[in-house]
Amino acid sequence: MKRIIGIAVLLLVVYLATWIMADAFSGRAVFMSGYNQENLLRRIALYGILGIGVSLVIITGGIDLSLGSVVCLVGVGVPWLAVGHGWPMPVVLLLAVVLPLAIGLGHGLLVTRLRLQPFIVTLCGLLIYRGATRGFTQDQTAGFGNGFKGLRWLANGEIPLFAGFGIPVPLLILGLVAGVVAVFLNKTIYGRYLLALGNSEEAARFSGIRTDRMVIVAYVICSFLAGLAGLLFVLDVNLAQPVDFGNFYELFAIAAAVLGGCSLRGGTGTVVGVLAGTALIQVLRNMINLVFPSYQNMEYAVIGLVILAGVVADELAKRAVARQKAAS
Amino acid sequence: MNDRAAGQSPPRLVASGICKSFPGVRALHDVHLRVHPGEVLALLGENGAGKSTLMKILAGVQKPDAGTLEADGVPIPPGSVQEALRQGIALIHQELNLATNLTVGANIFLGREPNRHGWIDEKAIAAEARRVLDLVGLDLDPSREVGDLTLGQMQLVEIAKALSVNARVLILDEPTSSLSARETERLFAVMNELRDRGVSLIYISHRLAEIHRMADRVTVLRDGVNAGELARAEISHDAMVRLMVGRDVSRVYQRTSGTPGAVVLEVNEVRTAANPGHGVSLQVRAGEIVGLAGLIGAGRTELLEALFGVNPPLSGEIRVEGRILRAQHPRDAVLGGLALVPEDRKKQGVVLAESVRRNLSLASLERDRVRGFLLNEAAESGITERMIRELRIKTPGEEQPVRFLSGGNQQKVVIGKWLAMSPRVFLLDEPTRGIDVGAKQEIYQLMEKLAASGAGILFVSSELEEILGLADRVLVMHEGKLAGDLRRDELTEERIMTLATGGQARDRSTH
Repeated sequence: MKRIIGIAVLLLVVYLATWIMADAFSGRAVFMSGYNQENLLRRIALYGILGIGVSLVIITGGIDLSLGSVVCLVGVGVPWLAVGHGWPMPVVLLLAVVLPLAIGLGHGLLVTRLRLQPFIVTLCGLLIYRGATRGFTQDQTAGFGNGFKGLRWLANGEIPLFAGFGIPVPLLILGLVAGVVAVFLNKTIYGRYLLALGNSEEAARFSGIRTDRMVIVAYVICSFLAGLAGLLFVLDVNLAQPVDFGNFYELFAIAAAVLGGCSLRGGTGTVVGVLAGTALIQVLRNMINLVFPSYQNMEYAVIGLVILAGVVADELAKRAVARQKAAS
Repeated sequence: MNDRAAGQSPPRLVASGICKSFPGVRALHDVHLRVHPGEVLALLGENGAGKSTLMKILAGVQKPDAGTLEADGVPIPPGSVQEALRQGIALIHQELNLATNLTVGANIFLGREPNRHGWIDEKAIAAEARRVLDLVGLDLDPSREVGDLTLGQMQLVEIAKALSVNARVLILDEPTSSLSARETERLFAVMNELRDRGVSLIYISHRLAEIHRMADRVTVLRDGVNAGELARAEISHDAMVRLMVGRDVSRVYQRTSGTPGAVVLEVNEVRTAANPGHGVSLQVRAGEIVGLAGLIGAGRTELLEALFGVNPPLSGEIRVEGRILRAQHPRDAVLGGLALVPEDRKKQGVVLAESVRRNLSLASLERDRVRGFLLNEAAESGITERMIRELRIKTPGEEQPVRFLSGGNQQKVVIGKWLAMSPRVFLLDEPTRGIDVGAKQEIYQLMEKLAASGAGILFVSSELEEILGLADRVLVMHEGKLAGDLRRDELTEERIMTLATGGQARDRSTH
């Protein structure tokens, strides 16, 4: 828990700063409006699912760069098949689950059996899944039009609480995912194995743990959650362009995981931390939108700088603590 | 071999009143040390006695809090590697500092390549490299890659590198710890030659027999202070141990032997990937401690790893209490009743970053799980408490990361992890490597206790004293084959070494 105090404080500061700048300067509730808060939560939910997925892979000491392209594959593929080609929705949804599972299994097998580097395997994935999606759709935009209202409720629906504000349905889905993964990590023997092998694959294997299987499981869950997020993203926005749908999402997810205390060396990470990291990035984007709209095109630079500052501050804090400990 | 009266000439290097503290630890207090030209000074002490810190201060890697260094009577500014090197003081690290992807010549000149306007002068490198390689008796092409050399050759390349900067004081930190017997002999010959040329050598080692043989004088550190000094004539095993630990310790551990029971481990013609040419067959009985002796590279670790499924055997049969074990993964071996305390404790034995608790329970989580896959925290706590108590693991608490435990206590955690699974056979690979003298005794007692409780024990050790003191029976390996099987009453150091080096044991009884 100590690990996430820093990020939690940073999140609070950025949140309050955004509130003050956006609302006080404009004299209206643009940030703290029900509409904006609801949208913010919705985006946190969608990106949070991606972040949690990739954090499992990062805990094994690996990386998954293909998330954004899996989001694209599912996000474009589902409306393209269901609307463009009239496939029955249940079949399409089944495919949207099975395909990412197969992709994750492929990544895991290549990483464990062939001992390929995760960076390379998933970089190839990034290129392959986007290229394939663009190829079979001929770069045509896909969407649901006015159909599938019920299904789209999963992404754009809300549970009304009071006037103008409701809990976005994706947030409930995120809650479910976060809960299951947190239990998996902290309360099951497999979560324990994952953390142990992330710290030392050899020591875990020498203890009789089938580390290869656990690594494969991490990649499978990661790709599955990317597919789920891809489905929710397209249900939310209704339109998906193969060229850029899901672009850079893997980097947002990885940044959120790292901000939230996952070490890229493996072995550490918490679900709460990843959620805080995701929230921080989304609040920042919201801030740029509301407070500095004319600097919209600098969004990446700002996010990059804040992440860098967060990681540097975290490292300095860790050293200060270590020095204090050593001195006492 | 030599009775030179070193000490007559004025000292080449003198350190006096050296103090050094790290946050929370007093590493050195008022330590004195001197070494004369043409002298081999052995520096001795338990782990944590402050030897490494002192060496780093001599070589300028660390700056002392107080104290002075003098070379030939002239003060050296402390804390500067440049200054130390200028005075010809060179430290050769335990973990060699060579770039394995570069050539021998490039390594010798790393950082000071002879060049013309930035273009490296390969001819000058080759010539000078040949000269210093000659000095250490290495007939090597300087254009060979260091990565292709043996450890012993690398060691000599390091020394050659030091000589090429005119080192007059060579500090060797445990130089023989990973060398074979032949390589050790070679190194000693080079050391003797350098001594005869007037070079001063400071030699750190745990191997008392080697010190006895090589040293002109011994300086002993204990808990960061000078514990005493032995002149050539006073050097004996007992005297050194007494100064190191501050009390008398029985020279060799003496096992109180029991009567072995039924065969618990039976290995028939097992071939390993490392030595596919030979099958190995052996038996271990319940309550029996069997030593596996041999030189580095004889295939002992490979055999244990094959039995444990780390690198599954190519063929052959393993039986534990009569049941066939197909060891395709360590998990198979664990479920079959084996436990492996691996050679590389920090990498393979423990998860350094994780707590004592998580390490102790790691192997038994699956057996104790509830509802299919949930952690059984009660069982975990029970195991943790029991192991900390029974094995007397010194730790501030269950949540202490294993990283911060001493080597001996880390090893107890590894043993405790397996004890929770009640294995029938323990395979231990160099179980006391890098562990203090005091903690070693505890590990020996633990191994006896395991045997007394009916487990079979097969342990690899490169320390003959350990094998002689502990084993009921000794198997000797040579180049992947079992070269001999010696009962306790047949054990002598000479017999083991003869078998380990490929000789035939004389008057070996058959059974």
